[in-house]
Amino acid sequence: MPDPTGLELIAQELRERHPGAVLDTLHFRGEATVAVEARQVREVLVTLREKGYDFLSSLHGVDYYPEEPRLGVHYQLLDMSAVDRICVKVRVPLDDPHVPSVVDLWPGANHPEREVYDMFGVVFDGHPDLRRILMPEDYEGHPQRRDFPIGGEPVIFTYNEDKIPGWSR
Amino acid sequence: MEITRSKLAAPSESEREAFRIQQLRARDMLRGDIPDDELEQYVQERVLTTTLERAMAWARSNSLFPATFGLACCAIEMMSIPGSRLDIGRFGFEAFRASPRQADMLILSGRVSIKMAPIVRRIYDQMLEPRWTISMGACCSSMGVFNNYALVPADKFLPIDVHVPGCPPRPEALAHGILKLRAKIQGNGPDGWRRRYQAVGTEEVVGDSDRPGVNAINVFQSGATQDPGQESGRA
Amino acid sequence: MSTGLSDYRRQEQSITYTAEATGEMGLEQELLTINMGPHHPSTHGVLRLILTLEGEVIRDIKPVIGYVHTGIEKTAEQKSYWKVIPVVERMDYLSYYFNAMAFCSAVEKLLEIEVPKRAQYLRVIHMELNRIMSHLVWLGTSCIDLGAIGVWWYCFREREAVLDLFEMSSGQRMHTRYFQVGGVIEDIPAGWAERVRRFTRTMRTRADQYAALLDRNEIFLQRMRHTGVVDQRTLLDLGVTGPLLRATGHPWDLRKAAPYSSYEDFRFKIPVGTEGDNYDRYRVRHAEIYESCDIIDQALEGLPEGPHITPDRKVALPPRHELATSMEALIHHFKLVTEGFRVPPGEVYAPIESPRGELGCFVRSDGSAKPARVHMRDPSFVNLQMTAAAGRDTYLADFVATLAMIDPVLGGVDR
Repeated sequence: MPDPTGLELIAQELRERHPGAVLDTLHFRGEATVAVEARQVREVLVTLREKGYDFLSSLHGVDYYPEEPRLGVHYQLLDMSAVDRICVKVRVPLDDPHVPSVVDLWPGANHPEREVYDMFGVVFDGHPDLRRILMPEDYEGHPQRRDFPIGGEPVIFTYNEDKIPGWSR
Repeated sequence: MEITRSKLAAPSESEREAFRIQQLRARDMLRGDIPDDELEQYVQERVLTTTLERAMAWARSNSLFPATFGLACCAIEMMSIPGSRLDIGRFGFEAFRASPRQADMLILSGRVSIKMAPIVRRIYDQMLEPRWTISMGACCSSMGVFNNYALVPADKFLPIDVHVPGCPPRPEALAHGILKLRAKIQGNGPDGWRRRYQAVGTEEVVGDSDRPGVNAINVFQSGATQDPGQESGRA
Repeated sequence: MSTGLSDYRRQEQSITYTAEATGEMGLEQELLTINMGPHHPSTHGVLRLILTLEGEVIRDIKPVIGYVHTGIEKTAEQKSYWKVIPVVERMDYLSYYFNAMAFCSAVEKLLEIEVPKRAQYLRVIHMELNRIMSHLVWLGTSCIDLGAIGVWWYCFREREAVLDLFEMSSGQRMHTRYFQVGGVIEDIPAGWAERVRRFTRTMRTRADQYAALLDRNEIFLQRMRHTGVVDQRTLLDLGVTGPLLRATGHPWDLRKAAPYSSYEDFRFKIPVGTEGDNYDRYRVRHAEIYESCDIIDQALEGLPEGPHITPDRKVALPPRHELATSMEALIHHFKLVTEGFRVPPGEVYAPIESPRGELGCFVRSDGSAKPARVHMRDPSFVNLQMTAAAGRDTYLADFVATLAMIDPVLGGVDR
């Protein structure tokens, strides 16, 4: 992990190269995080890739409900030669959930971005094939948002089996 | 219960003689040397009559071909039943057929998601009569560990013959379930526990709005998934 | 639901699975789109592949997943941290100890608690046993796909031995809930260490037997050598880790690169391939079995005395005999069982090395007793993206072997 000083140096360089991109830095439990503005995340990732963080370890989404902006996308980058990890976090509001896609930089971001779209509704501009991946393609709603109900079915016992719609016998 | 154990002795002189007589009679029968009424008796000692249904049930139940339908973790335990520890081949069920047209038993092993449910139904429809279903594991019998938006209990779209509980059920538990299915096919299915323990009449009846005054305690309480129209627990 | 068909359904019904001649191509060169459906004996689990074939050669592959999607991550948000462990264990159903380990590591990072040394060694032993078991199942099912069905019987016989060990230490064969936040739930019983030693001895001999059957087998070589080759740069761009990356020669293993849970105390090697074809993938995983046996033996040798779970009573249940004498123990027990422990707010990502690659767990806590977000970065989910690169312009039969060597576990892919 880059230690706090190293993180500040990286953030400084990013601020110089991409003005207005870096919103915050955080060093928590030994992990370095850079909070970046959504529109400039591609450029920031390209710069970090040039610095050596060339492996996209994980791309996942978070719903920060009830804090605004609500939807977050985290890019976990890994520098294999120095064994360094850095996380780039992006937050978008629900009414404008657009984040530029990084599939052309890392082809391995294809399925993870589709999963974030499916589960949270974040639209990745420039993704070659943005459709649902885990839920059926005509499903309505984004399940992993925190205000989506957990759902579930009543458990079928002998006393209520006749009353369950769709019970097959 | 008295259990006596005795060593198997070598066959005695009289036993060996009886066996020899039996062998000679068989030889005579094959040559056609036995007179008519003795032949009648000979045949009657060796022939069993039954109904066609029972014979077919016996044949079907002892040669069930399971369809390979492994979905999730239960599939790994299902894969280990033909293994050498618990060998389901000794009952005749080791021939897992990949094609549903050739299978007669569907062991639904694992969680059925809403995307998979129509496909399971399609596979089930492609199986030929007579066919049976075993719902293996907690996730398809009841909702299991995950009672959420993504899963469907198998009872909602398939008629299930045997439910096997467990998460995942041990191979022995699944074998027990398959043998129960075998007994069911043969016509002596297991009694419900109420008949076995002579407890008929103790069923829980949940009070309905059209049956006032019937008290019961509904032990299944759940916020979001309970039908709000159904009263729960009027004492 | 509206009475008419949705757009998607109409589009789905309009797809014709017939061959279409494509203009200037001759009669022998038509592209056929075929569905290798979710119910298939050779796709490991419910994976649907839409293949575009030209004759026997695959021109394009589109994997369709989601058929085992269980909403594990959303269910985990509804449960207290302790109860998330069995939920998350059922994700990648062949490496359940690793799922639990990733989650427990993340929560321990957030809580900043120290796992006792004995617990770390016990965790390592169980994880390596699980790695051996996962590789055995992989080898057995892959050989069935290739036609060498006998290997499956042997692998599952070994697997029963491993499951006996798990049952002895935790009471369950699969999904044991043995790893808890702060350590392991219970110390190992007497005689377990001896049985594990006996197992590793037999396992080495048996692995030699599998090698004798397969390593120089002509049919196996013809099917696996130089098939399914993907170069290292493509794999790194796709985010592939684990034995697939090591088969191309890249010695990336989180147990060595960023050791966790006392892995730095053990001496073991990382098997690495040269070419990145199916045969190398097989050899890498097979060699990992021996390395795991070595790690287990060293861990048993040096197993320290001590507690098997953190002594912090705010996180771990007190031992039952204390409940009779100490009021505080009773209160702690009550709090832990009813509400669970509270975790300070923050976000953590904890990666470990599972049999399929980097398994990471992202936990976001908002200060309450239930996690606000649990995301498992599953290796199979990311590794599955290499099917297109590995299958393009190969024969369908070779692709079956490649898919077996990729070793996807659909529970982890779909979560």
